[in-house]
Amino acid sequence: MHPETRIRRRNERLFRLLCLGCLLLPLAMLAWLLGDLMIKAMPRLHMDFLSGYPSRRATDAGILPGMVGSLYLILLTMSLAMPVGVGAAIYLEEFGRRSRVAQVIEVNIANLAGVPSIIYGLLGLEIFVRVLGLGRSLLAGAATLALLVLPVIIMATREALRTVPDSLREAAVGLGATPWQVVRQVVLPQSMPGIMTGCILAVSRAIGETAPLVVIGALTFITFLPDGVLAPFTALPIQIFNWISRPQAAFAHNAAAGIVVLMGTLLLLNATAIYLRERMGRMQKGVH
Amino acid sequence: MNAPVATGRFEAEEVDAWFGPKQVLRKVNLLIPERRITAVIGPSGCGKSTFIRCLNRMHELVPGARIAGRIRLDGENVYAPDVDPVLLRRRVGMVFQKPNPFPTMSIRDNVLSGLRLTGALDRSRAEAIVEQALRAAALWEEVKDRLGEPGVGLSGGQQQRLCIARTLAVSPEVVLMDEPCSALDPIATARIEDLLSELKARYTIVIVTHNMQQAARVSDRTAFFLTGELIEVAETDTLFTSPMDRRTEDYITGKFG
Repeated sequence: MHPETRIRRRNERLFRLLCLGCLLLPLAMLAWLLGDLMIKAMPRLHMDFLSGYPSRRATDAGILPGMVGSLYLILLTMSLAMPVGVGAAIYLEEFGRRSRVAQVIEVNIANLAGVPSIIYGLLGLEIFVRVLGLGRSLLAGAATLALLVLPVIIMATREALRTVPDSLREAAVGLGATPWQVVRQVVLPQSMPGIMTGCILAVSRAIGETAPLVVIGALTFITFLPDGVLAPFTALPIQIFNWISRPQAAFAHNAAAGIVVLMGTLLLLNATAIYLRERMGRMQKGVH
Repeated sequence: MNAPVATGRFEAEEVDAWFGPKQVLRKVNLLIPERRITAVIGPSGCGKSTFIRCLNRMHELVPGARIAGRIRLDGENVYAPDVDPVLLRRRVGMVFQKPNPFPTMSIRDNVLSGLRLTGALDRSRAEAIVEQALRAAALWEEVKDRLGEPGVGLSGGQQQRLCIARTLAVSPEVVLMDEPCSALDPIATARIEDLLSELKARYTIVIVTHNMQQAARVSDRTAFFLTGELIEVAETDTLFTSPMDRRTEDYITGKFG
């Protein structure tokens, strides 16, 4: 073999190993973390924990209000953020492409995605809790989280709209479709999978947020389930945060179990979204 | 696809067109007779595509694009302020260079898409319209057993005929074709060319092509464009056998382009 070839092959193998290492290192750390968590959570992971209410005694405490609160919160957040986010993206991408205003807005949306979440919490406290008088309610929390994930949804939706080839828009326009008909019947169906991906990202972000909810005043100890959108509430991250800050060691197990429940809820929500996305994708390929 | 009341005769008068500061058409005067095939030929960038996009007012959709002059369809100026371009495009259909069936729709839904998009679909007539349009586009026999399958699963030539069927289903008077065969193989091209001669009994057809043999084979009249100007227009036989202008002769004999 030519010596140069040998050196090159050795270098290529080294490089490949290096890349594999880069992949395995974070995976191993994650596995360690998860393993540790599961061991801590095991003693508390049973039905009583899932269906129980908070208690002063760690072994009696349950996570039901947090779990239900988080589910309501996310569903409400998404039903606020999705129509607004998708609508804004459609305006920017399909109707505002030429205007300078749209360009300025575009830069600012990218910046908004990077604003620390506690700032959104302060904004939500002022606007939703105080000015609009929603109080420390589920709706105020959801509206705050909706603001937080709007940039994510808008950017993902714009990306998805951009992948729709102009030839399809032209085809629809050539058939005598109005701009709205083009968007509704050609562009949106085509970009739905991408929009769903954006929503999955948004859900993942929103469900773990603690800071803004603390700021707007989600409760940490409630023994009832919210009975409407204006009811006070708690959420999983708040509950977990509360347990972690307790001095008694037993509460650490509750926190670990709470984290497992949080991850389970997130997986469930995302699995639903992925299922919907795949089903829509299949419909596009014509396999009904 | 009832017999159209109007005939679909286009008259372009002193048409200028621009993309931003760049003028792409200069003082074009061209009569497009009804129920005949008019071919528009010329080298790349001569303005032939722009010209037909002025006919159904799609040119103005490009940011910065402008047009001046008059274009009359059956005597009515299509650029008059009270003309709705959306309604005009239902009378003047268009087939594009690359086949572009809607990927989210089945073959059947693609044919019906124009009617469905515009909310003009009579459900009880849907099946009849699908068959009629697909027959008119010479695609029915090939797809009649799989109308529910996706339109993008067809071959390139079939996709283009599906796009033609989709255009015909909205009962236009005029069909504009922007190099409809440039992405197709010779066999698929031949099928589309055969189809054109059948369609001209009912529709006015304007076909842009940079394939001179194609223009000679399918069209009744040919217009030759060069750098934004209409150089010469005549019956196809005349234009190809005894062109009046030196530049036309140079182009059709392959001296440039």
